Amino acid sequence: MKPATSSGEHVPGGTESGLPSAPGAPGLLRTVPAEPLGAVPAGPGVPGAPEPLPSPGGAGGGGRPSSGGLGAVVLRLVAWRLAFAVPLLIAVTAGMFALAKASPFDPVRQYLGDRATVTDPEVVERIRANWGLDRPVLEQYATWVGNLFRGDLGDSRSLHLPVTQVIAERLPWTLLATSAAIVLMLAGSLLVGTLAAWREGSWADRLITGGAFANEAAPVFWLGLLAVWVFSVQFGWLPAGGLTSAGSSTVEAGDVAAHMILPVTVLAVSQSSWLVLYVRESVIGTLREDFVVGARARGLRERTVVVRHALRSALLPFLTLLGARVPELVTGAILVETVFSWPGVASASVQAALAVDFPLLAALTLLGTLAVVCGNLLADVAYTVADPRVRTLGVG
Amino acid sequence: MRLARRLATLSAVFGLLTAACSAPTTGTPAPGDAFVIGLSSEFDTLNPVMGYSPDGGSLIYEGLMSREPDLSMKPALAATAPVTSADGKTVTFTLREGVKFHDGRPVTAADVEYTYEALLEEANNSPIRGDYTAIEEVAAPDAKTVVFTLKHPYAPLVQRTTLGVVPKGSPLTGDPPPGAGPYRFVSRTPGDKIVLEGNRGYWAGAPAITRLVLAFAEDDNVRAARMSAGEFDATILPPKAAARFDGQPDITVHRVPSADYRGIMFPLKQPVTGDRTIRRALSLAIDRGAMVDTILAGAGRPAFGPVSPDTAWHNPEVTGPAAGDPEAARKLLQDAGWKAGDDGIRVKDGRRAEFSLMYPAGDTLRKELALAVASDARKVGVDVRLAGLDWDAIEPRMSEDALIMGWGSPYDPDYVNYELFHSAYAGKGFFNPGGYANPKVDELLETGRASGDEAVRRQVYRDFQKIVHDDEVWTYLVFLKHVYVIRGNPAGVRPGVDAHEHATGGLFRDIHTWRPAS
Repeated sequence: MKPATSSGEHVPGGTESGLPSAPGAPGLLRTVPAEPLGAVPAGPGVPGAPEPLPSPGGAGGGGRPSSGGLGAVVLRLVAWRLAFAVPLLIAVTAGMFALAKASPFDPVRQYLGDRATVTDPEVVERIRANWGLDRPVLEQYATWVGNLFRGDLGDSRSLHLPVTQVIAERLPWTLLATSAAIVLMLAGSLLVGTLAAWREGSWADRLITGGAFANEAAPVFWLGLLAVWVFSVQFGWLPAGGLTSAGSSTVEAGDVAAHMILPVTVLAVSQSSWLVLYVRESVIGTLREDFVVGARARGLRERTVVVRHALRSALLPFLTLLGARVPELVTGAILVETVFSWPGVASASVQAALAVDFPLLAALTLLGTLAVVCGNLLADVAYTVADPRVRTLGVG
Repeated sequence: MRLARRLATLSAVFGLLTAACSAPTTGTPAPGDAFVIGLSSEFDTLNPVMGYSPDGGSLIYEGLMSREPDLSMKPALAATAPVTSADGKTVTFTLREGVKFHDGRPVTAADVEYTYEALLEEANNSPIRGDYTAIEEVAAPDAKTVVFTLKHPYAPLVQRTTLGVVPKGSPLTGDPPPGAGPYRFVSRTPGDKIVLEGNRGYWAGAPAITRLVLAFAEDDNVRAARMSAGEFDATILPPKAAARFDGQPDITVHRVPSADYRGIMFPLKQPVTGDRTIRRALSLAIDRGAMVDTILAGAGRPAFGPVSPDTAWHNPEVTGPAAGDPEAARKLLQDAGWKAGDDGIRVKDGRRAEFSLMYPAGDTLRKELALAVASDARKVGVDVRLAGLDWDAIEPRMSEDALIMGWGSPYDPDYVNYELFHSAYAGKGFFNPGGYANPKVDELLETGRASGDEAVRRQVYRDFQKIVHDDEVWTYLVFLKHVYVIRGNPAGVRPGVDAHEHATGGLFRDIHTWRPAS
């Protein structure tokens, strides 16, 4: 219950924060790729850049005279976003404190766990006082913010460890899983989306498009449970959960990789629908453009036409779309880590919420909000650098 | 090999992943000699000061004293049994020579002093501080001597010194500090497992089981399934889930008696539950034998008082008919003026014989016991309405409604009983919310706590059990048996009498003396 509300609290906010510049609106999506078309064919026309991605850099290099202006624009964008992030972070953390205060659960009892009923009431009161739970919520919040600036995140009450240690132990696993998911999601949706566009109207295209819509409608945890049922219970191919096998006492790469396959794939698949649909749409649009038709007429190979010309011009806005997926990725990671007992920060936030573990919950909420803000910012910076003309859209 | 094959099957699809992770085909990490125990709940902490396994069985840590399966005390870090002064307020321990922590440092009196002082320090928020409040001061006059000065004579102090000792100055949170116990901490995967390794330098001899994994799986069925699948070598299960392992070759099922009881805690200031006749009749109406047979699948015994019949402190007079005596219950109520109304529920002075019985909603055992109580009570004309609630909702209602509660310690009769029945704790938290106050009981509890004379204490707690039984303060239902399932039949498994909490205590408390049967 709690994690859903707490993440629901900041995630929509994060999405909105991304909206002004992120081409979330379909209209923006269409117009933006249409414009660089003139620029992009110039790249492949000079057969220099072998990979699709460096092309934005090349474009930036092409606009060298304006590079000073570009730096200023990026700086302005970052400053603007940071200025916006401060009130956002305050609102999110203050909201979380207020919610936790209003919760009917007693954090001291959660801290004591099984010992709650056998603990002297005097000891319970003493702990309550030591934590400052008897003080007004505003004062608790102020203390927490003060400690935060001194780098003191406090001790997690449910895990009985310093919050910094909890995060240090678990963040790498979350980063490993989510970054693998991002890579898989990126590669997969480019491949599948391009395939669908190239064979537009075929059964494969219909299967991919229909699948993408169905996938978007399926909740992440349901996908996860389905994957466990099929691949672990029915076929027994993959482990159902955990980081390593129960009997093993060391963390070995192969073992972890085997345990990673299901959670990473589920996370990637669950987030990829819009990307696939976007790539398909945009490649189809490009394939009808004159320069592509021209390229085909010149007798270039089909592969070259699709990959070098059509896909390439679709890549730029793709970056921003990816940035806008960060909030969903965060919520997705929470559910996936919980379903697969993956020991990351996201699953820790579920525990923290259930145990009314203020210090840990606050730190994780902050981290989640930061991830969303930074994800959007990075995408926008990348976009601005890649295509200077977008600045008018990015900073109003 | 199987893992390698699985990876090979899937590597085509997940090429990216397997490429990212080096050497996926090095094969399975051989569990080899690791002994895997499946536990139902993860430890809140692994630091004794913060409440990790203070009653022994902590495996990583060694206390001044340790406990044998027959519940007798045996010196551990202490060289001999402690010396108590004539007034009972000073207890002196002398440490064993040559015992070392896992990091090689010798265990000194200063470490013992630090452990207890850290525990007593209010700012440290130790949840078990309340159990040690009799201690005024701990001193280490030299490296081998520890002196406890007490606020009042406190006979159970020696029982409390099973608390694990940590090195002086060790932090209270973070990874567990080194101990001097039979196993050393290797690693922890939060939410998954803890890995321990045999301490070759353990003073009482290196463990035969050299690698121990404590894996956590909350769900009973998951633990049973993983036990069947061979992932666990031992686990703890509810009686019904353990039944499938009975009679299986190479699996041993141990049903260990415990002092862990379930009973009804009454609000004594309420009109219906405050009437001793009602409580007496209820106790007579209940068929405890049926509860043991059906709800506990045979793993338990009827309970009539707070002290387990499996311990030497039990008063044999505190007993009753296992199957109940509903006829006697009806007569008792009839004679006291509780007459059956139209709907079969008894009424006296216009008041119906009805009350609410709460139980923690997530606890299936307590729920089933509550249902059985309600059904037995109705047969004698008492209406028990059930309320399954969360602990946070139960607490404020404890002075008004009855509650299915569990407690019980086999170690010392002072444990918990003092807080549960002493009037000083009336209305305080979970201890005596019903408000029981009997000066005679207060006096007995105080004498029992302070007296250093074993014979006096024995008599005191016998009298105490008799009075509490006659006053019908609680209606005790059943003592549980804890069910352990172990693969193979290792030599050296010594069942004792378990406490309410068991974690790695209980049967696993002396796993370092087990020898795997090959």
